[in-house]
Amino acid sequence: MAKLPKPEELSKIDLTPPKTDWMDTPVVFKEGMFCHGSKPKSLEIVGFPNPREWRPADADWKLPENWKEILLEGIADRLKKYRSFRLFMDICVRCGACADKCHFFIGTGDPKNMPVLRAELIRSVYRKEFTTAGKIFGRMAGARELTVDVLKEWWYYFYQCTECRRCSVFCPYGIDQAEITMIGRELLNLLGLNIEWIAGPVSNCYMKGNHLGLEPHTIVGNLEYMLDDIETVTGKRIKPTFNRKGAEILFVTPSGDLFADPGTYTAMGYMMLFEELGLDYTWSTYASEGGNFGFFTSNEMAKRLNSKIYAEAKRLGVKWILGGECGHMWRVLSQYMDTWNGPADFLEVPKSPITGTVFENAKSMKMVHVAEFTADLIKNNKLKLDPKRNDHLKVTWHDSCNVARGMGMLEEPRYVLKNVVNNFVEMPEDTIREKTFCCGSGTGLNASEDMDLRMKGGFPRANAVKFVADHYGVNMLANVCAIDRATLKALMEYWVPSVGVCGLHELVANALIMKGEKERTTDLRGEPLPGIEAKEEKA
Amino acid sequence: MKALVSLIAVLLLALIAYAGASVPAMRFLFGVVIPYAAFIIFVVGMVVRILKWASSPVPFRIPTTTGQQKSLPWIKHSTIESPSTGLGVIARMALEVLFFRSLFRNLKTQQVGDGTQVAYGEAKWLWAAGLAFHWSFLIILVRHMRFFIEQVPAAIQMIEGLDSFLQIGAPLFYMTDAVILASVTYLFIRRIGIPQVKYISLIADYFPLFLILGIAVTGVLMRYFTKTDIVSVKVLAMGLISFNPTVAETISPMFFTHLFLLSVLFVYFPMSKLVHMAGVFMSPTRNLANNSRMKRHVNPWNYPVHVHTYEEYENDFREKMKGAGLPVEKE
Repeated sequence: MAKLPKPEELSKIDLTPPKTDWMDTPVVFKEGMFCHGSKPKSLEIVGFPNPREWRPADADWKLPENWKEILLEGIADRLKKYRSFRLFMDICVRCGACADKCHFFIGTGDPKNMPVLRAELIRSVYRKEFTTAGKIFGRMAGARELTVDVLKEWWYYFYQCTECRRCSVFCPYGIDQAEITMIGRELLNLLGLNIEWIAGPVSNCYMKGNHLGLEPHTIVGNLEYMLDDIETVTGKRIKPTFNRKGAEILFVTPSGDLFADPGTYTAMGYMMLFEELGLDYTWSTYASEGGNFGFFTSNEMAKRLNSKIYAEAKRLGVKWILGGECGHMWRVLSQYMDTWNGPADFLEVPKSPITGTVFENAKSMKMVHVAEFTADLIKNNKLKLDPKRNDHLKVTWHDSCNVARGMGMLEEPRYVLKNVVNNFVEMPEDTIREKTFCCGSGTGLNASEDMDLRMKGGFPRANAVKFVADHYGVNMLANVCAIDRATLKALMEYWVPSVGVCGLHELVANALIMKGEKERTTDLRGEPLPGIEAKEEKA
Repeated sequence: MKALVSLIAVLLLALIAYAGASVPAMRFLFGVVIPYAAFIIFVVGMVVRILKWASSPVPFRIPTTTGQQKSLPWIKHSTIESPSTGLGVIARMALEVLFFRSLFRNLKTQQVGDGTQVAYGEAKWLWAAGLAFHWSFLIILVRHMRFFIEQVPAAIQMIEGLDSFLQIGAPLFYMTDAVILASVTYLFIRRIGIPQVKYISLIADYFPLFLILGIAVTGVLMRYFTKTDIVSVKVLAMGLISFNPTVAETISPMFFTHLFLLSVLFVYFPMSKLVHMAGVFMSPTRNLANNSRMKRHVNPWNYPVHVHTYEEYENDFREKMKGAGLPVEKE
């Protein structure tokens, strides 16, 4: 792997476009900017076409002989299935409003990372094959032939888009590059051209219930470690249940929360909160993944993985489903789950057993985001909170792309945050809420071999964090997204080393005063609480 | 280069019309046959295009939410930016179509400091020019309706009055004439002036700009400078809509150039990016309510898929599950 350049070098971004027209500028695969190709086994497990050993940097991608026919049929099929696709192929006026809104363009200066040009990569082929003007006038009409080089360009740039939808906020016609990338990746998957960092988790999730491939006993074991830590901090032993029939609520969270810090602190936070409430809930080892890497593969694969959530809710006979902190998970749940695998008429409209609040906004899909759930608890004074325990933190809030632009959950987490910490600072307004910047590693690009890409793509986010770190001494970046918790950590270490990363419910649990707990001296990370050191010194 | 090709193409088209219409025998062609054909192509082309879009379903409810969702009653819901009802969607679409709401958000990303940091500044010129261009085009189009109606309606007279309220010159100067020329010119300069925008531009981006500029310029020349037999033009227009057109010999070639370029625009419209005029109404990231959690959205082509069932999962892991104390369905 190439060595990652220093931040000072990486942040020098040349915005001058190449001298040659983009159609005449062949794609160059730069090390650190792309991921490993999918392994045959990962594709075989889920029955995907063309499983074989291949490497993206190789000239020969071992494509099926009729690859072009497969792709063109694939495009024709999707034009019939998705109005979005057909419309977005036709109506772009190339005004360029989207261009400098993409974190990958801001971070790389590569013109093919402008959403408009990323779309033109596929639009040019659409014109050639599916429009009269393109067939007659060819290049004059912006049309070009589909060749292996074009295919490689698609692959390179559709895996340099995190489907964050920031461009679609600014587009006067709402053209959503996420939609085009999703379809582009779906087409690539017809030829077995996935990346392993997606294909592996997908096959894991299909067979074992979660992306990380945690088997049932490992899930229990991992949670046990966290329960030990909770006991150390609070003196309380919590006993969560798994796969329990008759529980009122099924709890589903991204498996990343069960695996590595700082996600694990968030998972500890959930368990402490639910314990304190006496919530009648169960984990599931079968539906042990809230996230959905199938969503970065194909619509069908996403539906196949997502099906487990309703199926498990039905098998266990729960009343409704509570979902953990995640970003893309919540776009999938909000905008797709009920359509794919609903109607969930075997469930009840979610009702908080603690406050009696009925979540009317989820009355059909029957699933509530834990930030909505907790906001309601706090509003109804059901939690005893001591925000002073978070006084060593100056927190800023990262809106996760999918939650912001594919769901509209902006205020709930902020309300919770303001009640559990005393020091909260917003980042500049053009970098938050619906204009939030991606971590740069979403949609399965959070591998280790594409660090250049990740650090470049995450640059605008880091740049905004650096601003509040420099001006207000912010030292913690909170969010509700498992991928963020994993990737922002690396991003902060690279760009703004003074800032840590945490989930919302880690902060909630730090502030939460639990019945019968011992006097806390540390936070969930085992770091001394503010004031404690001074007290100990006096004693 | 692409701009030059487009400019030459439009100049050639204008020249063809000017030269052609100077030959009396050709006037019927430029004044009647081509406009009729262009109008038919426009209408049929647009209908076909819209039906094509409409024939593809909207399988998922995918609004881009740009504001707070409707959730707990005490959290202020952004009823337009993240609409949960049809009324909200109508408001959102109205803002989009009438005032270019999304483009109004535009920002300019700037490298600051020693070039290792970025900041975001206001960037309203594209929005302003776009809005000025589209509105002036619309007003000019509405003003032209006077040619197709015997007794000019009060509404059109009012628009004309407002448009010429500066009361300059004879004939009275219309502000929209200046606005459309200025805004199209700006859009062109912007396209070649900003390196990134130039890089993404196709002939299909320059050509309609020059074409519209050509239509505006010939119109302006005719109204304020070269003049034409305006009465005969109205007779021709009335004849066209009553299917009994007569082309007077007193109509100048400049008029036919104006009309021909407009006809080209009509023909070009349905097969170009200009279809955004209709497409914007059908964009699923804008015209759907953010209510997919409240009301199930149905995908007409939803089909059953292979899933890994709980039963299969338990078969894979039964012993491990029992070992970890997890309940199982089958012992």
